[in-house]
Amino acid sequence: MTTLDITSPAARPAVPGPEPKKRVSGRQMVANALTLAWRNIAQLKHSPEKLLDVTLMPIVFLLLFLYVFGGAVAGSTHSYLQVLLPGLVAQMTMFATMGLGTALNEDIHKGVFDRFRSLPIGRSSPLIGAVLGDTARFLTVIVVLTGFGSALGFRFHTNVLAVLAAFGLAYVFYLAVCWISVLIGMIAPSPETVQGIAFIFIMPLVFGSSILVPNTKTFPGWLQAWVKVNPITHLADAVRGLTVGGPTSTHVLYTLAWAAGIVLVTFPIAVRMYSRRV
Amino acid sequence: MSAVIEAAGLEKRFGETQALAGAGFSAEKGTVLALLGPNGAGKTTAVRVLSTLLKPDGGAARICGYDVVHEAVQVRQLIALTGQYASVDDELTGSENLVMIGRLLGLGRAQAKDKARELLARFGLTDAAKRATKTYSGGMRRRLDLAASLVGDPQVIFLDEPTTGLDPRARNQVWDTVRGLTANGVTVLLTTQYLEEADELADHIAVIDRGRVVASGTASELKATTGKQTIEVRPADRFRAPEVAELVTRLTGETPEVRTETGLVTATAVDPAVLSELVQQLGQRGIVAAELALRLPSLDEVFLALTGHSADDQNVNEDENHESSEELADAGRTA
Repeated sequence: MTTLDITSPAARPAVPGPEPKKRVSGRQMVANALTLAWRNIAQLKHSPEKLLDVTLMPIVFLLLFLYVFGGAVAGSTHSYLQVLLPGLVAQMTMFATMGLGTALNEDIHKGVFDRFRSLPIGRSSPLIGAVLGDTARFLTVIVVLTGFGSALGFRFHTNVLAVLAAFGLAYVFYLAVCWISVLIGMIAPSPETVQGIAFIFIMPLVFGSSILVPNTKTFPGWLQAWVKVNPITHLADAVRGLTVGGPTSTHVLYTLAWAAGIVLVTFPIAVRMYSRRV
Repeated sequence: MSAVIEAAGLEKRFGETQALAGAGFSAEKGTVLALLGPNGAGKTTAVRVLSTLLKPDGGAARICGYDVVHEAVQVRQLIALTGQYASVDDELTGSENLVMIGRLLGLGRAQAKDKARELLARFGLTDAAKRATKTYSGGMRRRLDLAASLVGDPQVIFLDEPTTGLDPRARNQVWDTVRGLTANGVTVLLTTQYLEEADELADHIAVIDRGRVVASGTASELKATTGKQTIEVRPADRFRAPEVAELVTRLTGETPEVRTETGLVTATAVDPAVLSELVQQLGQRGIVAAELALRLPSLDEVFLALTGHSADDQNVNEDENHESSEELADAGRTA
């Protein structure tokens, strides 16, 4: 058995090659994150079925909500579509993040993250890479929603810049919510439980909002109070304002503030959990 | 010259389970060290500590002189880990997996591709390079996993149960690969439950049981530590076996086991001098021995002698419990 004197500087056996670096540089961390984002894109190339949920969900929700609520809420499906579609952009932005936590939890269980954690790369790079790589899911949602929505009769009433700003805002919020999904992926005991935990957070946010019913005056007082602070309300209303017209600036600011707040809270905890997870 | 892998007094507890209870071992450059022990002995935990994935509760470990806790960044530049479950990405091709690791280690796009091509060829995976690894067989995955470990030209490679679940042919391929690694001065630490594997591959073996090293040395040193050897003698005329058995009893003081169908007489012997005495006595009686040997104990017997239980003893299933108890510990910290 060996005795190891941990107080004295170690005699280092000669190691060929350059002396190991003391820390991972910022530039290297960015490069690592981009490589890991590429990993997600490459996975989609071999398993395009991973995008099936974000392709079908917008279509199913659009058809269901449009024909179930259209007459009751807006008098006709045609006028409801103009209100519903921006709301669904907000809803699907939330739903599309859920796959990420599951995928990361699978990475942990399969041992893929063990290898990453034993590599000299930035601690947060695998998580940042996974979030960036997930952009494909967001883009799919937007393309399917606007494409299918237009086929049903949805029309933009603003200009191109405003529409791009709407999607840009949704994307910023998407990236922020991804970190909630990442955090759940780090905490959940198994991939199967990730969705269950995520739903508990996502359901009250998504449906306790103005996405389905823009006129929230009929809600009871406590629900109106919740709807007013709910970031999904602000995101949906901001997207409405930027795509079909209406008040915008306050909702944009609220959404951005919420996005910043979510990242500030979840990012450090997620990275910490990831470093500790064994 | 100091050792490339040094560990002393390693301790790690997961809830109720003391996974490591003061384990210590070391390995010189270019050698293979095997941590041999049953499920739940603490082998995987030891590898996770050495590969910077887990902080020990006590003790210290160094890789090439760098502390695995305080100098983890440097350590990660010197090591490569091949986990118990092949940790390749199922949804990427073999080539993409290796290119990804190369890029993460700072190789340029072209360099990473060259390295991937070279390693795929070396591991006989060129034909499967463009296939998603979920279509690979167990042996192919393990080979790809090993190849991934070599992308960064590491000084130290950790192989956690590299052949568990492989068929004999795939196992032999992995063995050949491991033997090739040390030729370039790479130091290998492997964990195994298979005594045969440790015997085949390792320069040094540390027998680990319940979180501590209960014996260490070369395979033959370990075999010698139990002090017991087996004497085997088979008379050419199998009907003279009872006579031989009586002789063996007199010399060793043990009642030998006699196989009537072959006439093989087996008994444990402590004093090696018994052999020459036996040869003399057999000669005097005119018994011709068709087979006569003094055999060192098998590692299985050594393991039993050292730990008081057999290596196949599956009653300690701690490895499987590790993960859940670690998760509980995690949940406790965040709560």
